[in-house]
Amino acid sequence: MANGVLVFGEAAEDGTLAPVTGELIGAAKSLGGPVTCALLGAGVEGLAGDCAALGADKVVVVDDPALKDYLGDAYVPVGERICKETDPAVVLFGQTMMGRDLAPRLAARLGTAVAMDCVELSLNGDKLLATRPCYGGSARARYSFSGMPQIATLRAKVYDPPERDPSRQAEVVKQPAGVSADSLRVKITGRRKEAVEGVRLEDAVVVVSGGRGVGGPEGFQSLEELAGLLGGAVGASRAVCDLGWYPVATQIGLTGKVVTPDLYIAVAISGASQHMAGISQVKNIVAINKDPEANIFKSSRFGVVGDWKEVIAAFTEKVRELKAG
Amino acid sequence: MPHIVCCVKQVPDPEAPASQFKVDEAAKKVVPIPGVQPVPSQFDTIGVEAALRVKDKVPDTTITILTLGPDAYKDTIKHCLAMGADEGVHINDPSLNDADHWATAEILAAAIKKLEPVDLIICGRQAVDWDMGVVGSTLAEILGLPVVTIAKDVQMEGGKVTVERVLLDGFETVEAPTPCVVTVSNELGEPRYPQLRQIMTAARKEVQVLTASGLGLDGAKNRVNLEALFVPETAVETEFIEADSAREAGEKLAVRLREAKLI
Repeated sequence: MANGVLVFGEAAEDGTLAPVTGELIGAAKSLGGPVTCALLGAGVEGLAGDCAALGADKVVVVDDPALKDYLGDAYVPVGERICKETDPAVVLFGQTMMGRDLAPRLAARLGTAVAMDCVELSLNGDKLLATRPCYGGSARARYSFSGMPQIATLRAKVYDPPERDPSRQAEVVKQPAGVSADSLRVKITGRRKEAVEGVRLEDAVVVVSGGRGVGGPEGFQSLEELAGLLGGAVGASRAVCDLGWYPVATQIGLTGKVVTPDLYIAVAISGASQHMAGISQVKNIVAINKDPEANIFKSSRFGVVGDWKEVIAAFTEKVRELKAG
Repeated sequence: MPHIVCCVKQVPDPEAPASQFKVDEAAKKVVPIPGVQPVPSQFDTIGVEAALRVKDKVPDTTITILTLGPDAYKDTIKHCLAMGADEGVHINDPSLNDADHWATAEILAAAIKKLEPVDLIICGRQAVDWDMGVVGSTLAEILGLPVVTIAKDVQMEGGKVTVERVLLDGFETVEAPTPCVVTVSNELGEPRYPQLRQIMTAARKEVQVLTASGLGLDGAKNRVNLEALFVPETAVETEFIEADSAREAGEKLAVRLREAKLI
């Protein structure tokens, strides 16, 4: 009989445990039952203790050079094996690059289905109810599943990680990947980083974000100046990235990044629902827009109706003055 | 002669004013806005654009548009044909209308088997209504094909595709043997807009219609149940900064945010 929750943790680029892992363990704990955390990658063995400290009852580590970079063809069979051995009622992934690719493929292999990008999970007996935004964030859909295991991916920063307790121990099981070279049909032949300087958007306490109404790439200089002053990062709407005004890696929204700063300053952003999907957990949104009917105001704590250039210039000057004082 | 199948879905216009968005909670459906026509899902037309770029280089490529939906979906097929695709296939059967993502992939896979030989299957990264983003991968698993998700560039040559994928902080180039499935993202670029002459030609083009029985299917075998569909509450009280000039508003905003300890 299926029981417990299996979560697929992730390592961050710097080799530490990615924050999403704690959030997944937190979500799994809220559902109840034993929590197994799977860690796939190269050089991830040392992170098992962190998973235990965060509350995992068991950690399955597959530390193998073959899993260094995420590649579906390598990860899917390993994930499938762990799912079958663990026999969980629920399997959780982050809505990350890995989760987006791996969860639906694993669901298909296991003869079940998946609910993506969930913002709320509850368990009734062993029946999972998974609630997720749809229609670009305008609506929420709640799903149940016909089969087992019930698979979901979680939107970032919705669930809190459990309190760390370094004294906690977990059963740690090490496995080889056992991936044969001929099963790898897709091959990674190159990779390039899009350099974005300064504070990472995902970690920023303040985000200053620009939309199409900024009018062109040059407008972003004043947003960068303001973000620098506030110790924050600059983000952009999808329209801005599609127009090539600002790097793709700064895109916030459904198809970009999810951010959760304490303060989000939306400059000349209309607030298309697909953009709102990236800031749905932000409590303090400040919107500056010349259109008083702009959708962004509906979710904003503070609003200024006016020309963004003038507002931001005066705002930046005043912030500088206040910071100096 | 290379053959590309593009899976395309029709959706309520996402550009419609958010204030008019309504849900019929009992029916668990979005209420159509009067006078607003449904449109092809944008990521799917970007997929058609990706296929057309391959065809631009290899003109004897055949592009087949495949869709699953009721009668109105023929508008979406016609739009894609007018963009430059060659053939249209419409799976149209009331017993398949409420397919979930799994059933959709299963139905599309059955149709694709009928369209073989196929070298490349292109889907949008997600539909802009349900935003699930799984049909392409699921389809690949059902067909036993390799899949590459979230592409910004797709090249097909000599039995393989070379795809540039969008990562969170950069890009990755991968190669996959054909046949395979690729899902495309908005970073690929704007889909081309049909010209009048192409619209006229597309209007006359015959579209092949497939039914459940023709595909050997007995209804949609859903694996998830939609328990509820609702509009989330967004109870935010907005404090508008009142001022005589934009300049004054900017200054007042700074003072207000300082008072609220946000800066």
